[in-house]
Amino acid sequence: MAVDRRNFIKITGLAALGGAAGKEAMDALAQSEAKFSPMDNALHGKRWAMAVDLKKCKKDNGCKDCIHACHSVHNVPDFGNPKDEIKWIWREPYEKAFPDQENEFVPDDLLHASAPLLCNHCDNPPCVRVCPTQATWKRQDGIVMMDWHRCIGCRYCIAACPYGSRSFNWRDPRGADAEGKPYIKEQNPAFPTRMKGVVEKCTFCDERLAKGLKPACVEGCKQAALVFGDLDDPESEVRKLLRENFSIRRKPGLGTQPEVYYIV
Amino acid sequence: MLENALKGSRRYWGWIAFLAAVIGIGFLCYLRQLHYGLGITGMSRDVTWGFYIAQFTFLVGVAASAVMVVLPYYLHNFKAFGKITILGEFLAISSVTMCILFVLADLGQPMRMVNMILYPTPNSILFWDLIVLNGYLFLNVIISRVMLDSERKGLEPPKWIKPIIYLSIPWAVSIHTVTAFIYCGLGARPFWLTAILAPRFLASAFSGGPALLILLCLILRRVTRFDAGKEPIQKLALIITYAMAANLFFVLMEIFTAFYSDMPEHTIHFRYLFFGIDGARNLVPWMWTSEILGIVSLVLLIVPSTRRNESILTAACAGTFISLWIDKGLAMVVAGFVPSPVGNVTEYWPTAPELMISLGVWAIGFLILTVLYKIALTVREEI
Ligand code: SF4
Ligand code: SF4
Repeated sequence: MAVDRRNFIKITGLAALGGAAGKEAMDALAQSEAKFSPMDNALHGKRWAMAVDLKKCKKDNGCKDCIHACHSVHNVPDFGNPKDEIKWIWREPYEKAFPDQENEFVPDDLLHASAPLLCNHCDNPPCVRVCPTQATWKRQDGIVMMDWHRCIGCRYCIAACPYGSRSFNWRDPRGADAEGKPYIKEQNPAFPTRMKGVVEKCTFCDERLAKGLKPACVEGCKQAALVFGDLDDPESEVRKLLRENFSIRRKPGLGTQPEVYYIV
Repeated sequence: MLENALKGSRRYWGWIAFLAAVIGIGFLCYLRQLHYGLGITGMSRDVTWGFYIAQFTFLVGVAASAVMVVLPYYLHNFKAFGKITILGEFLAISSVTMCILFVLADLGQPMRMVNMILYPTPNSILFWDLIVLNGYLFLNVIISRVMLDSERKGLEPPKWIKPIIYLSIPWAVSIHTVTAFIYCGLGARPFWLTAILAPRFLASAFSGGPALLILLCLILRRVTRFDAGKEPIQKLALIITYAMAANLFFVLMEIFTAFYSDMPEHTIHFRYLFFGIDGARNLVPWMWTSEILGIVSLVLLIVPSTRRNESILTAACAGTFISLWIDKGLAMVVAGFVPSPVGNVTEYWPTAPELMISLGVWAIGFLILTVLYKIALTVREEI
C-alpha cells in the first residue's frame, strides 16, 4: 500500500489519538515500511478481489488459457481421473456455478456460458473457521492462505467450503503413473510441489503478488476477462468494472462474502 | 487385576487369536494406505469423508450410550443395573478408542496429529471433539478402575469418585453433541445443517448403544458363567424403545421439514438416499433396509409380549443396531457430500483395503472389550 504524505500525516495524527486507531496506524506504517524492503515492487492491497467478465470469457468457449496458466505455474498434478483430481481453477456450466440464480429465462449466451471457478477468498471464510491446526488462515489483505506443511489432511475445510474450491492430494503428486509419466508434466522449479495427504487450492498467486506480478490466470487470459485488484482502492480497475457492470457472486446467501465477482 | 486377562480357556484364546489376525490384516492394509495415500480408499474429490469418519460418528454414539446405565445406577440408585454398569463403561472405553483410531486412519498426514495440540484452535469443532473424546476416555478409565478395585476388595468406593461419576454424565452427552456440531455447523452442506442433528444423534446413540449392550450380555450368558439377569435386560430394552421411538420421530421431522418446504437444497440429499439421483443409487437399498428394520424392531420393542420374549428381543436389538449402523455408519456422512456444491453426483463405496482397515479397528475395539470384560468377570467370580 502506498502511503503518500497526506495519508502519512493523517495516520500519525490518528496515532496521536491512540487506542484502536493507533493500532491501525501502526499497521499501516508497518506496511509502508515494507516498501523499502527488498520486495520493493510487491503489490500491496487491502482487499484483493477478482472480477470475471463472463461476457468476454464466454466468447471463446472451451478456452482453457487461465486453467493452463495456473496449473502449470503451480505444479498442479494431473492424475488422469476425476476421483483423485486436483484443480485450482476450473470451468463449470453457468447453472452449476450459480445454482441460486435459478431462472428459466436467461440470455442464451449466458445459459451456454461456463464460468471459471476458483477459491473465492471469502471475507468470512468457513474453511478458516473449521481448520483445527490453523493450516488455513486469512491474511490481512484478504487472501485465504494454506500452509501445506502444517495441514494434517483432515479435510474438514473441504466439507466446509460451499464452493468446492479445495482439493486433496489422495496420492503422491510427485509420483508417476504406471507408464512412468510424471503426474506433474513439467515441473516449475520456482514453486513448491506438494506431498500426499494435504489439501491445496488457489492462493490468488500470493507468490507472484510479492514480486509485483498479477495472478497467473489474469496474465494468461487473452480475452482480458479476468481482472484482479484491490477493492479498497476506489480507482482500481476492479472497482471501476464493478461500478459500471452488474455482477453476481456465488451463493451470496451463505454470508461468506466471496471476493470473486462475475460480470454477467 | 490385569493378569486375569492372561488366564483363559481355549475358546478365549481362540477368539483372541482371531481378533489378532484381523488386526494384523488391517494393519498391513494401513501400511499400504500410508504408502499410497488415502487414494486407496473409495473417497474422491467430491466425497471427501467416507467409511472411517462414519464409523467414528457411529461409535461416538455407542460410547455416549454408557450414560444410559451409569445415570440410572448412580444418580437414581437403580440397583438392577449394578451388575452391568461396568460393562457399559468398558464398552465406552473400547468405543472411544476405536473413534480415535478411525480419526487417525482418516488423516492424510497422521504423523502431524500433534499439530492439533501444538496449534490449539478453539474455533474448530474438531479441536473440541479431541478434548471431549480424550476426556471421556480418561473419565471412564478412572471410574471403572476405581469401582472394580473396590468391588474386588469388598469395600465402599472412595468418596472422591462420586463427583467424577456425576461429571461423566453430562460429558457423555457432550461427546455426541460436539460430534454433531462438526456437521451441523456447515452452511456448505444443507443435509447436515439442521438444529435437530445433535438430538437425533443422541436418540440414535441411546438406542443403538444399549442394544449392543443387551446383545453382549446375552453372549456373555452363553459363553461365560456371568448372567446379567432378566430385570436389567428388560429395563435396557425399555430405554431402547423410548430412544428409538424418539429417533424415528426426529427422522420424520427432518423429512417433513425438507419435503414440505420443498427446497431443492434440502430435499435432494434425501432423494439421493431413498430414491437415488441421476442413476446413482448405491445407498438406496441400504436406506430402505435401515428404515424397515428400524420400524419392525421398534414395533417388537413396544409390544410388551414380544419385548419380554428374550429371543424376539435379541432379534429386535440386532435389528435396531443394524438399522442405526446403516443410518449413521454408512449413509449420514456420505449423503452430505452427494450432490457436491456444484451439483456433481459422485458415488462412494468403500474399497477392500478401506474395509479391512475398518475391520481391523473394530477388531481392536473387540479385543479391548474382551480383555476388559474378562478382567471384570474374573473379579466377580472371585468374590
Ligand atoms: S471459496 Fe472455499 S476455500 Fe476459498 S475462502 Fe471461500 S470457503 Fe475457503
Ligand atoms: S485438511 Fe488441512 S487445511 Fe483443511 S482443515 Fe484439515 S488441517 Fe486445516
